[in-house]
Amino acid sequence: MKVLVPVKRVIDYNVKVRVKADGSGVDLANVKMSMNPFDEIAVEEAIRLKEKGLAEEIVVVSIGVKQAQETLRTALAMGADRAILIVAADDVHTDIEPLAVAKLLAAVVKEEAPGLVLAGKQAIDNDMNATGQMLAALLGWSQATFASSLDIAGDKARVTREVDGGLQTIEVAMPTVVTVDLRLNEPRYASLPNIMKAKKKPLEEKTAADYGVDVTPRLTVVKTTEPAGRKAGVKVGSVDELIAKLKDEAGVI
Amino acid sequence: MAVLLLGEVTDGALNMDATAKTVSAVKALGPVTVLCAGAKAADAAAAAAGIEGVAKVLCAEDASLGHRLAEPTAALIVGLAGDYSHIAAPATTDAKNVLPRVAALLDVMVISDVSGIVDAETFERPIYAGNAIQTLRSVDKIKVFSVRTASYEAAAQGGSAPVETVAAAGGSDLSNWVEDKVAASDRPELTSAGIVVSGGRGVGSEADFALIEKLADKLGAAVGASRAAVDSGYAPNDWQVGQTGKVVAPDLYVAVGISGAIQHLAGMKDSKVIVAINKDEEAPIFQVADYGLVADLFTAVPELIEKL
Ligand SMILES: Cc1cc2nc3c(=O)[nH]c(=O)nc-3n(C[C@H](O)[C@H](O)[C@H](O)COP(=O)(O)OP(=O)(O)OC[C@H]3O[C@@H](n4cnc5c(N)ncnc54)[C@H](O)[C@@H]3O)c2cc1C
Ligand SMILES: Nc1ncnc2c1ncn2[C@@H]1O[C@H](COP(=O)(O)O)[C@@H](O)[C@H]1O
Repeated sequence: MKVLVPVKRVIDYNVKVRVKADGSGVDLANVKMSMNPFDEIAVEEAIRLKEKGLAEEIVVVSIGVKQAQETLRTALAMGADRAILIVAADDVHTDIEPLAVAKLLAAVVKEEAPGLVLAGKQAIDNDMNATGQMLAALLGWSQATFASSLDIAGDKARVTREVDGGLQTIEVAMPTVVTVDLRLNEPRYASLPNIMKAKKKPLEEKTAADYGVDVTPRLTVVKTTEPAGRKAGVKVGSVDELIAKLKDEAGVI
Repeated sequence: MAVLLLGEVTDGALNMDATAKTVSAVKALGPVTVLCAGAKAADAAAAAAGIEGVAKVLCAEDASLGHRLAEPTAALIVGLAGDYSHIAAPATTDAKNVLPRVAALLDVMVISDVSGIVDAETFERPIYAGNAIQTLRSVDKIKVFSVRTASYEAAAQGGSAPVETVAAAGGSDLSNWVEDKVAASDRPELTSAGIVVSGGRGVGSEADFALIEKLADKLGAAVGASRAAVDSGYAPNDWQVGQTGKVVAPDLYVAVGISGAIQHLAGMKDSKVIVAINKDEEAPIFQVADYGLVADLFTAVPELIEKL
């Protein structure tokens, strides 16, 4: 079985995001970029499937600007076999919408015929949580979102999902799209030799036009603003003082 | 213009809080039809009919709709979509599972976690873990979106909307339900509680997390947790508050042994009053706390429980 893993280049999760003063967006110039944390988990899961003999090849795909090459090299260094970069924007501030990403991924799926797509549950920049579900819809495939455990047996996958009420386990027909949650696994670091080896692994470059997909956004950004801030309050000296403040000043207990 | 609102139905019961808050959010957009789907949904439909501002309720009962599986639920909604300009749902895990599938089948974008509706085409939503708010205008023929319920008050009771039955789109063999693991609890539900007490890695163990629960019970509060506490096995996953967990906005949020990472703040910084108990006076949580107590939680929390 071939496993396809879409990986997104996003602002590193440790970076303090700054909204541009003119309201045009978030400042990404000279900011540290990394692989979306959920996608690292997806890549790790694919590697574990390969190590267990359940997958033969791991293909990683990234859609966006040329710099997403680095993200793909990271995935290759972790253990993916081959990468596809679909250049769909020139400006690092252009975010390709989940619907367009899903259409491009659907086109890649038609060519590559994977048995499993392992995507992240959400991209930590747009926080949309949509691409995997959209891809499954476009392909007419089953979907299993927010996975915290994945077991593949024959033509079925058993997936435990993190849901609002606790955990739900479902069984889906393969091929399928699984979106991964944070507790599925702990991703490995790429070793130096593997980083070197990754430089020689194949990375194919395509454009959105190669797949005939229109990436024009359906949602135009009117403005991007800073949320209402919160000011630090006071430090209290004791439990008694805390209780008094909550009763008399805040009136919440 | 008309709105189809996917009611939050679990095991035949309506989640009134989430659904009524979403009714408040969308009612300015046009008459609201609430869809209740499930293996059993009649009770949920009757409950939805009582929400003020609901024009009509559609009740779809079928075994295939029993466990909130995405494929049959999306097929049902897509079949009904033609009559509506907007398709909305509270931003729960169920809705986030289903709505993007609906949107892709309709060839429109989905707008997740809407925190403000400006007009019929224009929506606000947080991005980057709530570090920025984006205002978006949609050019799609049908707007499909989920609503962050913490931003809205629940619509009142007292309505009496008519209930109509609709047929399921039919089952599929794509997915099957196996089991739900739901911890029963007498505590208030996390996303609708007036008070939330959350514990973090500082609590140190599953056994000591009982201290957090005891404080919560004393206050009649729901219990929350940081990701680190959940990952360490101190608390179940559905207690996680934050960017990738639940978003809460209670009157009082008490963070105990939580450092205040941006991903955690994303889920609680709209609370009315925030209390932080942490032994590190430099902890970032103090930057958003109205009342900060620099103390060891193992002395402060028992004292708090005793004196409350
Ligand atoms: C993609 C992504 C998504 C994430 N999503 C979430 C999310 O949804 N929710 C979330 O919470 N996190 C999330 N995180 C994790 C987040 O970045 C932090 O790692 C996490 O919130 C830290 O949890 P904590 O504050 O409990 O632990 P720590 O940061 O380890 O803090 C523990 C605190 O306890 C204090 N402490 C220790 N002992 C005591 C004591 N005896 N008395 C008093 N205080 C004590 C310490 O001073 C410290 O401040 C996410 C991370 C990533 C990468
Ligand atoms: N531009 C992209 N390139 C590659 N993968 C993507 C891209 N956008 C989204 N994805 C995948 O879809 C997941 C969910 O993203 P989103 O729906 O944007 O929250 C991510 O974790 C990735 O696996």
